[in-house]
Amino acid sequence: MLGIIIGVASVIVMLAIGQGSKKSIQDQMSGMGTNLIFAMPGTEQRGGVRVGNSDAQSMTLSDVIAIEKDCPAISDVSPEVRSSGQAVVGNKNWPTSIYGVNNKYFNIRKYTIGSGRSFSENEIQTYAKVCLIGQTVVENLFGKTDPIGQTVRFKNIPLLVVGILGEKGENGMGQDQDDLIMAPYTTVQKRILAITHIQSIAASAASETQNEAAIEQISESLRKSHKIKAGEDDDFRVRSQSEMVQTFSSISNIMTILLGAISGISLLVGGIGIMNIMYVSVTERTREIGLRLSVGGRGNDILMQFLIESILLSVFGGIIGISLGIGATQITASIMSWPVVITTFSVVMAFLVCSAIGIFFGWYPARKAASLNPIDALRYE
Amino acid sequence: MSKTIIEVRSLKKDFYVGEITVHALKGIDLEIKEGEFVAIMGTSGSGKSTMLNILGCLDKPTSGTYFLDGTSMGELSKNELAALRNNKLGFVFQSYNLLSRTSALENVELPLFYNSTVKSKERRERAEAALEAVGLSDRMHHMPNQLSGGQQQRVAIARSLVNDPVVILADEATGNLDTRTSYEIMALLQDLNQKGKTIVFVTHEADIAKFMTRQVGFRDGHIIREELVTNRNNAIELLKALPVEEPV
Repeated sequence: MLGIIIGVASVIVMLAIGQGSKKSIQDQMSGMGTNLIFAMPGTEQRGGVRVGNSDAQSMTLSDVIAIEKDCPAISDVSPEVRSSGQAVVGNKNWPTSIYGVNNKYFNIRKYTIGSGRSFSENEIQTYAKVCLIGQTVVENLFGKTDPIGQTVRFKNIPLLVVGILGEKGENGMGQDQDDLIMAPYTTVQKRILAITHIQSIAASAASETQNEAAIEQISESLRKSHKIKAGEDDDFRVRSQSEMVQTFSSISNIMTILLGAISGISLLVGGIGIMNIMYVSVTERTREIGLRLSVGGRGNDILMQFLIESILLSVFGGIIGISLGIGATQITASIMSWPVVITTFSVVMAFLVCSAIGIFFGWYPARKAASLNPIDALRYE
Repeated sequence: MSKTIIEVRSLKKDFYVGEITVHALKGIDLEIKEGEFVAIMGTSGSGKSTMLNILGCLDKPTSGTYFLDGTSMGELSKNELAALRNNKLGFVFQSYNLLSRTSALENVELPLFYNSTVKSKERRERAEAALEAVGLSDRMHHMPNQLSGGQQQRVAIARSLVNDPVVILADEATGNLDTRTSYEIMALLQDLNQKGKTIVFVTHEADIAKFMTRQVGFRDGHIIREELVTNRNNAIELLKALPVEEPV
């Protein structure tokens, strides 16, 4: 029965770890916005998630306007340009990035405005020197002082802080999402990068179910805008966040299955242990079986008797194993700080598998018991 | 005219051991009437154990017929034979064959467990009555390892009575017991026989056979003699004649 206990416990722990990691990734991903869709210039690259080819100049504001007009499955769209450099306040400086966006961007990327305001249409039209800054920038440049109304210099361009972004923490790929400055895209294009094209487009689908449609529509719109004929390669790539979530999900699914399979093997060993015990039990009780047969027990009665014993053995071991597994999971979680999720599904599964093991591995010994010849059995030493 | 409980005609039994055929029974004719106390005697290899196995529906004859209480044994299936054993037969073995981790009462209840028509209350009552009939009411909840050999055999006899069989089959039932205890068991069996129980008892001991009403002798698979017992021993009287010891 020890084999069953260990097997069940390890299945529970492995599944919990697998499920836990999957859920934590999903949680982090959805914090980034699963309706998120990116379009960037450059030809299709397999395996790349966001390999930017920001030197290509094929995307412009008119693409964004077209998308806004033509794509019903898209709720918000924003151009995106960025640059890295030093942000300076007084005698403090901090290397960070500046994102040039419109004010739909906050919605798209699920940034909240902690205090202050975002920029107005007018400010966008007039390349106004305004910005919003993230928490990490606040901490490193302003400390406890209120940044709003103050000026930050980015690559020597002074920007008035009009708002502070709400905290977001790290994303699923370990990047600090609070370490940035946001300004009107026109401002960044003209005053910092001196370009007229845009580097990428961020958009959100109206709902998760419309992701596929949204990707289709953006691609169509861009093909039209860029006058790409049918059969020609696109000069852009469209990627959705939910694709990434799915990829990570399926990776962690595979991992969960793998872990489950490995621990399932130990469960198999436990089952073999039960079979051995039952065989020995049958042999030890040969005379008893002969007696039961002689007083009128039928083959079936004997079969059921031993089968039930086998099931009880494995179910009992399973219950202990499940308790042990849950305990071990908690301990692992607190020591290793791994995310763990114990689902009812895994517990029920483990239970059912135990019963099945009891039946399957107990069957052959029970069968053997039932088909003993009473005379020989009675004489057995 | 009493009822014929057992009727055996031209019974043959062969065993196939590898390439050799052993003719254990070579044509047996036997009739046992209700109320008899029959000894089946013979040395090893005479076929007496085989005879008992067939009488007990634990084995099937190779040819010939066996009628138990009017039912022909020949065409019955394994399950039907089991039912027959359950309803009509009681077994007493040389080595008691009690279940070791169960009480005397539960041991006696065992045959009734396999009888689906008997509910647990009735089962308990019948088991208690059977234990009383063998004089063990005060040991009902003892485990076999807390009972002496004689007491264990009594439990076995009670078990054989509990389903009210038409015949009790005993195989060297006193083989593991000392003289005094053997006589006590024989006294019990004689008492049951007196009350109308038919008993078939396999033994090789002549003095034990003298407690019974008829002796059937086997040799080499044949019945070589059949005779009624004259000057039958009375076990109770013989017990009194034994040197005084602590009762078991």
